Amino acid sequence: MSKEEKKLEIMKTALNLFAKQGFYNTTISDIAKEMGMSVGNMYNYFPSKESLAKELLIYTSKKFGEEIRKINEIEIPSKEKIKKIVELYFKMAKSEPELVDYFMRVYLSNKEIFNNGCEGMLCVSAFVTEIMIFFEEGVRRKELKNQDFFAAFGLFMGYIGGLAFLFREGILGKDLDEYIEPVSENIYNALKA
Amino acid sequence: MLSKPKIIWIDGVSCYGCSHSFYNYPEIKTLLQKIKLLYHPLFPTNEFKIQKCDLLVIEGAIKENFLRMDFDLIDLITQMIKLSKKVLLIGTCAVYGGIFGEGVLFNKNKKGIFFPFKDKIIAVPGCPPHPEWIAYAIEMLIENKKMLLDNEFRPKEIFSYTSHMGCIRNEYFEWKIDAKNFGEKEGCLFYEQGCQGPFTHSSCNKILWNEVNSKPRAGTPCFGCTERNFPKKNLFMTEKFMGIPAEIPIGVSKRAYLTISGVAKSLRNERLERKLIDEDN
Repeated sequence: MSKEEKKLEIMKTALNLFAKQGFYNTTISDIAKEMGMSVGNMYNYFPSKESLAKELLIYTSKKFGEEIRKINEIEIPSKEKIKKIVELYFKMAKSEPELVDYFMRVYLSNKEIFNNGCEGMLCVSAFVTEIMIFFEEGVRRKELKNQDFFAAFGLFMGYIGGLAFLFREGILGKDLDEYIEPVSENIYNALKA
Repeated sequence: MLSKPKIIWIDGVSCYGCSHSFYNYPEIKTLLQKIKLLYHPLFPTNEFKIQKCDLLVIEGAIKENFLRMDFDLIDLITQMIKLSKKVLLIGTCAVYGGIFGEGVLFNKNKKGIFFPFKDKIIAVPGCPPHPEWIAYAIEMLIENKKMLLDNEFRPKEIFSYTSHMGCIRNEYFEWKIDAKNFGEKEGCLFYEQGCQGPFTHSSCNKILWNEVNSKPRAGTPCFGCTERNFPKKNLFMTEKFMGIPAEIPIGVSKRAYLTISGVAKSLRNERLERKLIDEDN
């Protein structure tokens, strides 16, 4: 296994632990134990728990960004793109719930961990850039209303993030898939030109 | 001694702004001594007549059924282009149409009527072009020196730059700090005030106007006056789609531009957030 592959393995293990028990309740030795590695060897891959958290965020953002980029590159109206993005997000929330947990419970709730090197949008720019391109092209094609970026971004990501959170809390009465249609419709109605 | 190169300068639909710009060339006397100016609409010259010349300069746009010196303008230009060794188009109207409509070489985004003569045409757009640009092109042409041209027939020496290059506000552009008002020393004019510098081909911030200044340096946005789509509307406002500039700097993909902008915005240059005059370090 190459060093990069090993790093990825460690990140996946850490992601699960961070998502399950939180950043502060997880120690490097917990991660090492889970990996079957020595703590000393762990430091060969990541100099600190914070740097591991930061790289995980960049990795997650890139992964999500790459998927949205694929949607951006399909020649379909913005309305259909919205549905594809919602679908993608909800599918991820179901198949890789630890990603959503990590984002909500670690990144958004413990910003102090990310103060050094993840300021502003630095570590999530891969994903935010794709959302920007999606909005910009929608407005350019006169399908979406020209408005403040964050007013639109908050409405879109806050809404689907909130639904995914409720799903993880076990509060939703129905399966998350059943919300794809109505949620996409609501987002489109709020953003359309 | 060889005879001086013969130049005829004619005007189409024009405001004479390009001629007036040329008057401001500091070495104009020296330049005029090198040539034989057979006709110019404003300089004291002989009456115009159709004749051969080494260099034909055209200022102003073209228009059908438009009389100039008792000739139909299009006929006049057709005859004169054929009789001239080289043709220099001065100003955005002559090159692309500009303010007055249709250009000699281009009609905004399309090829113009005289495009077939492209091999003898040099284009120096601008509203007006800088006097140094006009003089540079004339000097090079009369001395038979080769000018490298871009695909719109503009001398690369002048137009391979953007007016953004050399702007003293470049640091504010890098850090995405807007100018809050016109005329302020601080801030970039690209994000709110409509500056077209990053995608306008010109050397306004290299060869300064009146040898001292440029519009963006003084706090007014670049209007993109050298470009084929000049004049646009709302010159003092940046068109944006969901907060993202509709036009981005040339040579970079939108994805790359947004990424680097996001990085710059996420970090801060505190010195540039203050008034320069309040800076003690």
